[in-house]
Amino acid sequence: MELVTFFETLWLARIPILKGIGVTVSISVLAILVGTILGVGVGLALTYGARPLRWLVRGYTDFIRGTPVLVLVLASYYVLGTVGIDLGPFQAGVLALAVFCSSHVGEIVRGALQSIPKGQTEAAKAIGLTFPQTFAYVLGPQALRQVLPAWVNTAAEMVKASTLLSIIGVAELLLRTQELISRTFMSLEFYFFAGFLYFVINYGIERFGRYVERKTAIPS
Amino acid sequence: MTGNLLEIRDLHKRYGEVEVLKGVDCTMAQGDVISIIGSSGSGKTTMLRCINMLEEFQGGSIRIDGEEIGYETAGGTRRRKKEKEIARQRAMTGMAFQQFNLFPHMSAAENVMLGLVKVKKMSRDEARSVAEKWLDRVGLAERRDRFPSQLSGGQQQRVAIARAIAMNPKLMLFDEVTSALDPELVNEVLQVIKDLARDGMSMLLVTHEMRFAYEVSSRVIFMNQGRIGEEGNPREMFHKPQTERLMEFLKTSTFN
Repeated sequence: MELVTFFETLWLARIPILKGIGVTVSISVLAILVGTILGVGVGLALTYGARPLRWLVRGYTDFIRGTPVLVLVLASYYVLGTVGIDLGPFQAGVLALAVFCSSHVGEIVRGALQSIPKGQTEAAKAIGLTFPQTFAYVLGPQALRQVLPAWVNTAAEMVKASTLLSIIGVAELLLRTQELISRTFMSLEFYFFAGFLYFVINYGIERFGRYVERKTAIPS
Repeated sequence: MTGNLLEIRDLHKRYGEVEVLKGVDCTMAQGDVISIIGSSGSGKTTMLRCINMLEEFQGGSIRIDGEEIGYETAGGTRRRKKEKEIARQRAMTGMAFQQFNLFPHMSAAENVMLGLVKVKKMSRDEARSVAEKWLDRVGLAERRDRFPSQLSGGQQQRVAIARAIAMNPKLMLFDEVTSALDPELVNEVLQVIKDLARDGMSMLLVTHEMRFAYEVSSRVIFMNQGRIGEEGNPREMFHKPQTERLMEFLKTSTFN
């Protein structure tokens, strides 16, 4: 009758678990959103920036990408406080993930833009398009299609990385699950259940990515 | 101000230490069809690309309809014009490339329409009818909704030519437009260019098709090591070359 016990316990703990899911989704959405916006800026700077800007941004991405996310999370929570930027655990966590996300998205965007043949820009110039127009109608749409699969990957990574925020006390899904386990000792069941929920979220992201890919595919 | 459509004076272009154009002069009147021939590395493509500022150049001047392209000299210093101004000047010429460079995410019609809508500020309906007219002219009316990946090389190049011509340029630049094509697709593209020539379009062609250059051109320019080696009407150039270099060049090229 262990299954019955599991469902009974799950039902009793439904509110904290739902809240945990809510927090996990909020963290992820915010981190991905902010990270993507920053990341597009990073990618543009890496591709088209003047040399000093490029170096600066290159340093930023290399540094961030070479640092474990957990270290970023801890630094954002504990170190920023010492220089007078006092963030709550949720804000600090989202900031850390967004920064991490931006360095990855930046590289993805740079890679996509640089993979577009030079002839595309030249053809756009030749019909008299300005650079912003070239970017908006020629380079951007092509880059977007290339970015999509890698971006979906990064988004899923962000969902997984959100578990690290449990360390600084953000009551996301993993922390809620751990609290539940410490009361019920049903570690196998609830770790598995939490894993399943993360899978569902990421599977949803992946399906969404596939859908957009299909919708925007160039006929051939 | 002269009556010339194109006026190139003492054009110099360097890539770092290497000077690829060493003082080129060339004038062209409305309706002229000029072929530029020469071995690779002679500077012919570079010269073409300077005319629409796809390449910067360090010395000399290029004028189209009397308007100086790309640079302005004020108080003795030569300055690159503003990007917006250069973009406007680029629209005075049309260019077709060796690799077609169609936008892969747009249909044939959309490829032609983009410049009409964004640069010429036409309405989409107006742009569509202009695009259709030109696609029809290059024999691709039924393929207007196809994407570049769904077209053969020759068809892609014809779309690319339609895209350039639809902008109603004063001068068309063709940069080795048949070099990337399978031999059996070359003629359909050359035919389109011949038709345009017959309609009085002014054009400057870099080409390796000697027979075509002979038939279509009002004048031929032979580029040699960054300079104009010889120029004249095609009959004289091909049958009575004056310089040793052109003689050698013609011997090694196929004239069939």
